[in-house]
Amino acid sequence: MVTRGFTGRRPPRPEAERLPPGQYLTEDFPVLQLGPTPKIDLARWRFTLREGSKPLKSWSWTEFEALPRTRWKGDIHCVTKWSKFDTAWEGVTIDDLMAAAGIEAPTPYLLAEGYDDYTTNVPVADLAGGKAMVATRYAGAPIPPDHGGPARLLVPHLYFWKSAKWVKGLRFTQKDEAGFWELRGYHMYGDPWREQRFTGD
Amino acid sequence: MPTPLTWQDATITAAVPETPRVRRLTLAVGWPAPFRAGQHVDVRLTAPDGYQAQRSYSIASSPTTPETIDLLIERLDDGEVSGFFADVAEPGDAIELRGPIGGAFVWDPRMGGPLLLVAGGSGVVPLLSMLRHRAEAAPGVPALLLYSARTAEDVIARDELLRRDAEEPGFRLMLALTQGPSGRRIDAGRIAGALAALGMPAHTFVCGGNPFVSAISDLLVEAGLPARTIRTERFGG
Repeated sequence: MVTRGFTGRRPPRPEAERLPPGQYLTEDFPVLQLGPTPKIDLARWRFTLREGSKPLKSWSWTEFEALPRTRWKGDIHCVTKWSKFDTAWEGVTIDDLMAAAGIEAPTPYLLAEGYDDYTTNVPVADLAGGKAMVATRYAGAPIPPDHGGPARLLVPHLYFWKSAKWVKGLRFTQKDEAGFWELRGYHMYGDPWREQRFTGD
Repeated sequence: MPTPLTWQDATITAAVPETPRVRRLTLAVGWPAPFRAGQHVDVRLTAPDGYQAQRSYSIASSPTTPETIDLLIERLDDGEVSGFFADVAEPGDAIELRGPIGGAFVWDPRMGGPLLLVAGGSGVVPLLSMLRHRAEAAPGVPALLLYSARTAEDVIARDELLRRDAEEPGFRLMLALTQGPSGRRIDAGRIAGALAALGMPAHTFVCGGNPFVSAISDLLVEAGLPARTIRTERFGG
């Protein structure tokens, strides 16, 4: 349906081609979260891989910082419609995490869990093969708390609610279990290029 | 599972200035599900060549009248969509929207109180929906709105809020006007004053711009509120 009187402001072509449907470019870095930014003490920080409730492997901050590091630069897309180009992150890929733990993924699905009790589901296949990392640096500096520091998941090919802030671990699940937003009507997978914002998209 | 959210046409039935920068649009909608106070809708505008722009707007009206919703849209500098709603949209126009959206920043009467609402600028919009619902459905729930705005004329729904403050025994309005000779931002002292007037809130909702929400939620945690009782929503995001 054409909206009477709306002409719009089209982004220039190179920008438009990098924007998934329904998104607009922002130069800011908006913050979205459910509540206050949690205070996280690095001396007590741990990152834990679990299968169900059973811990498989856990790292302290010092141990985590010693893992192999990877840099990634590219575009991120938030379901609230903003996209940000050329964001630069550094962290530990999920492949390197699994190798350091000496395990194969025990199930095809998992829930990322945050220190704020946030959860979000991601298929393991979307984290492996260099597609995702646990990031600890943004733009060359430690990630600010409002943006999920000290460590956040980074799954840039999915809407950014999948990139859980203040991540404390990954919990492998037998089936694809809905996380916080997925239980509240947001899409189980969340591919921005297919505009999978909500259930049924 | 949640039901799919489909786009539907809603007709603008009224469009009036709310403040010098904010326009109130009333839309007639047919909801697939009732909404909850605090939720938002997505709107989608389409140009003749098929180009589309989408934005999210919080609902200001009460869920007790779900057949119409009020959106209070602030004109942003250079705003592609807010400019359309400020200058072009008129009663009778059909707008595509879908919703209700959002299940975290919501209050309903069953949740009870006391209820602390903290707004920066047009962040008051979803909180208005909560206050209106409270007055109709749960007037016994104590509530306090701490509202930061630039000037008195920028206060959204000012007459209504002042009237509620005067008439509703369980509701207090605390305005913090940031500009002018006695301009003051919300600080730890203001938070302490609000908590002294209200008591310890069972639920706190904070909505505004990014730096505002960060600063306020930190102040609330420092004032002793459990983090899990505080919900935040930010615009520009």
